Amino acid sequence: MTMATTSTPAETLPSVKSDYLPILLPIVLAAAALPFIGNPVTWVTLTVAALAMGMMIFVIASGLTLVFGLMDVLNFGHGAFIAVGAYIALSVLGLLSGWVQVDSLAWNLMALGLAVVVAMAGTGLIGWAFERVIVKPVYGQHLKQILITMGGLIVAEQLIHVLWGGDQKAMALPTALRGAIVVGDFAVEKFRILAVIVGLVVFVAMMLVLNRTKIGLLIRAGVENSEMVEALGYRIRRLFVGVFVAGSALAGLGGVMWALYRETLTAAIGGDIMVLVFIVIIIGGLGSVGGCFLGAILVAMMANYTAFLAPKIALASNILLMVAILMWRPQGLYPVAKR
Amino acid sequence: MSEPLLSLQGVHTHIGQYHILQGVDLVLPKDGMTVLLGRNGAGKTTTLRTIMGLWQPSQGTITFDGRSIGGMPTPDIAQGGIAYVPETMAVFADLTVAENMTLAARSGPVDAARLDWIFGLFPALKKFWQLPAGVLSGGQKQMLAIARAIAEPRRLILIDEPTKGIAPAIIEAMITAFAELKRETTILLVEQNFRFAASLGDHVAVMDDGRIVHRGAMADLARDETLQQRLLGLSLDAHQ
Ligand SMILES: Nc1ncnc2c1ncn2[C@@H]1O[C@H](COP(=O)(O)OP(=O)(O)OP(=O)(O)O)[C@@H](O)[C@H]1O
Ligand SMILES: [Mg+2]
Repeated sequence: MTMATTSTPAETLPSVKSDYLPILLPIVLAAAALPFIGNPVTWVTLTVAALAMGMMIFVIASGLTLVFGLMDVLNFGHGAFIAVGAYIALSVLGLLSGWVQVDSLAWNLMALGLAVVVAMAGTGLIGWAFERVIVKPVYGQHLKQILITMGGLIVAEQLIHVLWGGDQKAMALPTALRGAIVVGDFAVEKFRILAVIVGLVVFVAMMLVLNRTKIGLLIRAGVENSEMVEALGYRIRRLFVGVFVAGSALAGLGGVMWALYRETLTAAIGGDIMVLVFIVIIIGGLGSVGGCFLGAILVAMMANYTAFLAPKIALASNILLMVAILMWRPQGLYPVAKR
Repeated sequence: MSEPLLSLQGVHTHIGQYHILQGVDLVLPKDGMTVLLGRNGAGKTTTLRTIMGLWQPSQGTITFDGRSIGGMPTPDIAQGGIAYVPETMAVFADLTVAENMTLAARSGPVDAARLDWIFGLFPALKKFWQLPAGVLSGGQKQMLAIARAIAEPRRLILIDEPTKGIAPAIIEAMITAFAELKRETTILLVEQNFRFAASLGDHVAVMDDGRIVHRGAMADLARDETLQQRLLGLSLDAHQ
């Protein structure tokens, strides 16, 4: 591409305001929480827990926000992929129990990696079928989307009961990932560090795809105005199916992480986190991956701090957070320019 | 008149329960620019959207270059060689000018010589090349929307009211651009600014209430003030 560079003086260009304000929010929130919590050791523990949880929420929410952004599809069945991913991983880890139980980080990670790959492949495949069979017939019809995708969620939960049984399962962490790394007074749980790393990798990878590839360019354009992308000659529906599959696979990954984090598993595991996921998507701005990332951290912080300070209002505090942010920015933190 | 590039025969379009196009017959010769005139709400935009496949015709045939395109998906119609500059411009505000152009050039990077030609027509685009299209002024966005349509050679370009709310200086640039453009490609221009339309158009069609009510040479209409008054009276007063 011939990038004819701008030969004109820069001062004649309109200034592009970079919007860094929302990035300060998690820092402000963390700082504000410290005096209430009092003990810095507790504060660090809660903050790390929040970051880990935030990354898991982000991994789950990122695909969903693009699914909505691209084709206005409201998928209330997304939680199914969380559960299915977790159950698939449970089975794989069961088969690899030797690798899981040995006290070796390398073998543990290998087992986990394999479980994640199978879980993501499985949820990706199911996501594809879900899109073709359940979502495709109701493009453009919001009420039907809500009803039918919720129906899909119920069917998926029932199928899990049939395949894996209805009882609560234990999802044991691999041996080397149990416990905490202790630095002085501070203890940071190993799995939380892993969760943060995975979340960051997913975020960076997504940003690279969105900002450095033609597919990413099409997705960003499609989130703004899918009709115009079609008028330029691209099949947005094909792109949408791809995003749906990737989003389902990511939900599967998030499900594996979430189950390991909680160390237990039921078919309804997606339910409680999905409430937070929807809040995150709204806070972040529908269709915005960057907003989703920031929103996930904020919501997880709020959840962890209030769970410690005032457990009874944990969920309410996040709804308050959402209301406050929407009063400040009605379209979310990083609204996507919409037609 | 040479063989038509595009023809609509008895095209009806419903939007929801509304019957908007009520039998549109429109023939676009291969050469030159056809201007589609008509008052607000006559159905001009709906006609372009129907050609583009953004609305499905409920009846009638649309033929482009000998092929029936009625009911085809929009991307296929675009790939057949039709470009569209919508009334809303629809530039991707969060994408840079460069990225907007990259998307418009489906078959690969924009050809260097062609880009130079486009920069010659619309110098502002060169200046703002790396900026998000959202920061452009209305006129500059319109230039980008047109530039996108001509990023690669296309057989037919549909342009919907490019002068709406645009500063006179930019309209002048547009006249120059379209005058050059119509030498390489067929253009269907929807316009309410009659002077602008008359200075560029070769052929003219006038719509009212979802039908074509007049078709002919632009020169004839430009000459005949009584006919103008009868066909366009109201909209001309309102617009210019
Ligand atoms: N999405 C829609 N839903 C319902 N009615 C619509 C829709 N779009 C257009 N219409 C109606 O269809 C008729 C034709 O509209 P259209 O936009 O094609 O007119 P137009 O000739 O382009 O007018 P203008 O000069 O104002 O752009 C109008 O009565 C309009 O109200
Ligand atoms: Mg119109």
